[in-house]
Amino acid sequence: MSAVVTSAVVTSAMPGPLRLFWRSFSENRGAVVGLIVMLVLIVLAVFADIIAPYSPIEQFRTHFLAPPMWVAGGDAAFPLGTDDVGRDMLSRLIHGARLSLIIGGSVAAFSLVVGTTLGLTAAFAGGLVDITIMRVMDILLVFPSLLLAIVIVAILGPGLFNAMLAVVVVTLPSYTRLSRASALSELSRDYVTATRCAGASPLRLMFLTVLPNCLAPLIVAVSLGFATAILDAAALGFLGLGAQPPTPEWGTMLAGALQYYQRAWWVLAFPGLSILLTVLAFNLLGDGLRDALDPKLKR
Amino acid sequence: MIRFLFRRVSLIVPTFIGVTFLSFMLIHLVPGDPIEVRVGERGIAPARLAQLRHEFGYDQPLWKQFVDYEVQLAHGDLGRSVVTRESVWREFTTLFPATLELAVCALLFATLVGLPLGVIAAVRRGSAFDYGLMGVSVTGASMPIFWWGLMVILVFSVFLGWTPVSGRISDAFFIEPWSGFMTVDCWFADDAGACRSAWSHLILPAIVLGTVPLATIARMTRSSMLEVLNEDYIRTARAKGLAVRRVVIVHALRNALIPIVTVLGLSVSALLGGAILTETIFSWPGIGHWLIESIQRRDYPVLQSGTLLVAILVIMVNLGVDLTYGFLNPRIRR
Repeated sequence: MSAVVTSAVVTSAMPGPLRLFWRSFSENRGAVVGLIVMLVLIVLAVFADIIAPYSPIEQFRTHFLAPPMWVAGGDAAFPLGTDDVGRDMLSRLIHGARLSLIIGGSVAAFSLVVGTTLGLTAAFAGGLVDITIMRVMDILLVFPSLLLAIVIVAILGPGLFNAMLAVVVVTLPSYTRLSRASALSELSRDYVTATRCAGASPLRLMFLTVLPNCLAPLIVAVSLGFATAILDAAALGFLGLGAQPPTPEWGTMLAGALQYYQRAWWVLAFPGLSILLTVLAFNLLGDGLRDALDPKLKR
Repeated sequence: MIRFLFRRVSLIVPTFIGVTFLSFMLIHLVPGDPIEVRVGERGIAPARLAQLRHEFGYDQPLWKQFVDYEVQLAHGDLGRSVVTRESVWREFTTLFPATLELAVCALLFATLVGLPLGVIAAVRRGSAFDYGLMGVSVTGASMPIFWWGLMVILVFSVFLGWTPVSGRISDAFFIEPWSGFMTVDCWFADDAGACRSAWSHLILPAIVLGTVPLATIARMTRSSMLEVLNEDYIRTARAKGLAVRRVVIVHALRNALIPIVTVLGLSVSALLGGAILTETIFSWPGIGHWLIESIQRRDYPVLQSGTLLVAILVIMVNLGVDLTYGFLNPRIRR
C-alpha cells in the first residue's frame, strides 16, 4: 500500500505519504469503523482456537437448541445459544470468521492476480489478443454472477473449494476491465515511453513500470471484491453448493437452520448478522480507500 | 441513429455465439453425459442407456452436437427436460411471468422509495438524514438477501402472522392463468379475496428483492443530484426566483435521472441473480426456483438452456438501455 502512495507523492516538504493517506482516510468515519471491524475479525480468525469456548463441531447432547443467555431458558455456558445438534453458536461463528476471511482473501487475491495479468496483457498486446480477452470477459458479464457461479459449482460438484473457484471466475471480469482501463491510460504517459526507450522488457514494463501506477483503483477493487466474495460464497453455501456441513461456514449454517428457524430465531439471526457485518465492514473500507486513494473521485 | 442502431446490434452477434458456446461447453464438462448423471448410482440397462443417449443426441461427436445445438437454437428449439420431457421453452414461458411480476414490483418498490430518499439526502447534504440514509444504504447494499428474506419471513409471517410464508396465492383460490401475472389475473377475475391473497404473497418477496436495488438507487440519486445541483443553470433558476421545490424536481431531477436510468437498466443482471435466492426462499414458482430445482434434479438440459435464456434476456435489456441512452443523448451515437 505504501508503494502506491510513495510513487504518487514526492514533494519532501509535505507530510509523509502514509500520514497523508491516513489523514484523508480517517476523515471518513465509516471507513475507520470498517477497518476496526476488519481488525477484530482478523484477531478472531487467527486466534479462533483460543478465543472460541468450544470446538465448532463439539455436540452437547444436553443442550439442543438452547436459546441465547439473555433469553429465558438460556445458559451462560452458551452465550449465543446452541444449534439443533447442540453445538455452541458462538464457537461456530468465530470459526466461521476464519473461513470467511480465508474465502474472501484467497478469492480476492486469486482473481486480482489472474484478472490483472489478463488486463495488462490485453492492454499491452492490443489487437486480436485484446479483443479476445475482452470479448470473453463481456460474455462472462452477461450471465448474472450468482447464476454463473451456481452453474459452475453444479458442474464441478458442491464443495468449498469449487465454490471459491466459481466466485473467482465470476469476479474476474471486473479486475480485468479495471486493470486494462488504467493500464491503457498510463501507457500514453511519457514515463512509459522513456522506460521503453531505455530498453525495458515488456514484462518489466508491465509489472514494474505500469502496474504500480494502476494500483490505487485495484486496491479499492480488492476491498470491495473481498465483500463480494464472502457474500457470494455464503450464498452458494446457503444453496447447499458451497462448504458442506458440519463446516461452520456462515452461509452453510443458515442452510442448516432452515428446518427449525421458526422455533429458534437465534440459529438464523447470528450467522446472517455476521455475514452482514463482515460484508459491510469491507464495503465501508473500500469506500474509504477510494476516497483516500483516488483523487479523481473525491468531491 | 440508424447507423448507431446497426452497429450496436451487430456487436451482440459475437457475444451471442459466445454465450451459446459457453452454455454448451459448461454442460459437456460434466463427467459423463446428462443421461448418465441423471441415472446416477442407480444404474441402468446398457441398451436403455444407449437408446436414451441416441434419443437426446449425446452419442454424436462433440462438434456435431454443438452444430446441431446451434441449428436447433436457430429454429427456436431449446431442447427438452430429461426429467419432465417437456420442452424447455414451454417451461420457461410458463414460469417467466412469475419472475417478471416479482422483478417489476421489486424495481417499482426500489424506485418509488429510493428516488425520493436520494433527492432529499442530496438537498439536505450533510444533515443527519443524509448520513443516516447513506448508512442505511451501504448496509442495504451489503445485505445477504437470502438471510434478509428469512428474517423478514420470521418477523412478518411467523411472529406477526401478517403475510403468508410462501407461494404466489393461497390454495383456496384457483385463478385461470391469462397473463401469467397473478395480481393482474385476479383483478380480471374480479375476485377481491384472491386479489388480496395474491398481493399479500407478493409484497414480502418484492421488498426483499428490491432491497439491494433500493440502496443502489438511493445512493446513485444522491450523488447524481449533488452533481447537478452544482450546475450553473440551477443557480440561474434559483436566481430568477423559482421555488426550491420546482428547481429540485423539474430542473435538477430531470437531468439527474439519465445516469440513474442507466444504472437501473444495467442492474437487471444482478436483479435476476437476486431473484434466484428470493424465489428459493419464498418458494416463488419462477425461473430462479426452476433453475435451482434443475440442479437438484440433475436436469442439465434445463440448466443449460435456462441459463442461456437468462443471458439472452440480459443481452436484450442491456441493448435496450444502450439504445434508449443513445436516443436520449445524441453525443454517444457518434
